[in-house]
Amino acid sequence: MSTSTELGVLPARLPARFSFIRARDFPLIPLLILGIIAFVAVFADVLAPYDPEIGSLSARFHPPFWQAKGHIDHLLGTDHLGRDVLSRLIFGARVSMVVGFTAVIFAGVVGTTLGIISGYLGGWVDQLIMRVTDAWLALPALTFAIFLAAIVGPSEMNIVIILALVYWTRYARIVRGEVLSLKEREFVRLAIVAGCSKMTIMRRHILPNVVNSAIVLASLMLGVVIVAEASLSFLGIGVPPPKPAWGVMLSDGKQGLMVGYWWLTVLPGCCIMLMVLSANLLGDWLRVKLDPQLRQL
Amino acid sequence: MSNSTLSSVSSESRRPFALVANRPLLELRNLSTHYVSAQGTRVVRAVDDVTLSIDPGKTLGIVGESGSGKSTLALTILRVLPPAARIVSGQMLFEGEDLVRKSDAEMRQIRGKRIAMILQDPMASLNPLFTVGDQIAEMMRVHEGTARATAWRRAIDLLKSVRIASPHTRVTQHPHEMSGGMRQRIVGAIGISCEPRLLIADEPTTSLDLTIQAQYLNLLRDLQREHGLGLIFITHNLGIVAKMCDQLAVMYAGRVVESGPVSRIFNAPAHPYTAALLNSIPRMGANRQRLTAIDGQPPNLASLPGGCAFAPRCPQAFDRCRMEAPPSIALGDGQTARCWLAPAMAGTATRTGVQ
Repeated sequence: MSTSTELGVLPARLPARFSFIRARDFPLIPLLILGIIAFVAVFADVLAPYDPEIGSLSARFHPPFWQAKGHIDHLLGTDHLGRDVLSRLIFGARVSMVVGFTAVIFAGVVGTTLGIISGYLGGWVDQLIMRVTDAWLALPALTFAIFLAAIVGPSEMNIVIILALVYWTRYARIVRGEVLSLKEREFVRLAIVAGCSKMTIMRRHILPNVVNSAIVLASLMLGVVIVAEASLSFLGIGVPPPKPAWGVMLSDGKQGLMVGYWWLTVLPGCCIMLMVLSANLLGDWLRVKLDPQLRQL
Repeated sequence: MSNSTLSSVSSESRRPFALVANRPLLELRNLSTHYVSAQGTRVVRAVDDVTLSIDPGKTLGIVGESGSGKSTLALTILRVLPPAARIVSGQMLFEGEDLVRKSDAEMRQIRGKRIAMILQDPMASLNPLFTVGDQIAEMMRVHEGTARATAWRRAIDLLKSVRIASPHTRVTQHPHEMSGGMRQRIVGAIGISCEPRLLIADEPTTSLDLTIQAQYLNLLRDLQREHGLGLIFITHNLGIVAKMCDQLAVMYAGRVVESGPVSRIFNAPAHPYTAALLNSIPRMGANRQRLTAIDGQPPNLASLPGGCAFAPRCPQAFDRCRMEAPPSIALGDGQTARCWLAPAMAGTATRTGVQ
């Protein structure tokens, strides 16, 4: 990881511990994009010029300001109910961030815990958890999510739980695989002959060694989960309207696409794409960075 | 686990030396550990009818070829056997308590605190993610509930006692910042951190080069002297046995074929296998002749020959050896051997010792 190709925008002298920022493969732009989205999500109340859920019917289908009929009042135009698109995008970022991160974290905690238990204890516990995981993975993720959503009904909290339920298995699989090799490592054996209980070993010796993989997977899952949330919202079983989620906006705007109201779909689409792409690029970088095979342990 | 098989044997009735004042630190009596295949059809007698004892502060060397049951014996003492293995009979009296009868929770209290172990590859025995201080302190925190700060201070003392320079800096470093010899000394420090009475070292020097080996052995001996540790030293290096051990047990095919004081065995081996082992060591100053090898291969433990397991390779084997396994024969001075010829060999053996 040489610093020969430096990014000119950064100060030449960084403290040693931050020097990785200047490494050639550091995903600065994805991080910036995610940072901006996070910032916007946090300060949505301050940044949004209008209430995202209330429109005025006299101001329907205004195009963005740079188009012929555009108003400077509504920078990115208005939708079929006269709601400000920019404000809805800003509040939509909050939904995507909250749902994306909490679902990924929930799934990660559940999946990692079960993966460690399954891999370390082995025997019938392992069989049980892995057969459940196999069955789970055999179901198409989105169909399964739709099925669950149809049962519990749409709400932001339900979406988080559903997505966590659908995606924990990936963590369980990967973590279990790693635990299987970890538990043969000498330091785990030393902990056993030193009289540590299984609980202590799993917590002190196994968990810290699999956290890296779980974080990498989480960063890659972030994109998947955001798309899944948008899909569910698009289908009308995700975040219930009038709450502004990007998927809901896509869904609402799709009729307008044929008559030229492109901004209603293209803009939220771009937001989803940017966020997912950034999450994936960041995940890729983390994967290389934290891969125990590439690092010297 | 195997309590059901043992309950028929009263421990009191089998204890002829119960009132002897200086009782051994650890006494194994007729201990057998078998690996059983999943279908229960194949049985590997990894440890078979082993009787040994070790006194407080003394060193017992266990030598034998790979697969002779040395490591399984160590795992048996700590009761950390893999799932397929079972202690099928015998007793392990540690300070008078039978370890075979202890519950898993009681064993956890003993492991690390009263009996510690150094593994075959101490280089890999440290968790790469934690500082060495954390790892030494962990033992004290698990077993003695020592406060973090106190445990950390003791960790520094321990690093000092295993002769690591600038322990105050080292204690905050991670294993990858240390050399192999240092890591190994740290594993030693972890081993003695709770002041165990018995330390089991399973080939602790095989992964080290010779100069570091010598340093480490000296260190172990000093630690043993300072702390009055009983030491079980598993190795296949007879030179190390000569340097380190008071007592020696030679294992072959899961059995102790000869045991006794090191000096006695080296001077007068009573079992042909021991004699052959000693003859296969090159010696300084001796006549230049080919080293004597032991012909053949160690037997398959799943299908041992009837009679003495060493008979197929033994130059002195006769008919009785192939029919009937010899019992453990006491030869005086604490020496025992499982060979029909032992009394005769012990009487006539010449000096074959290693210095």
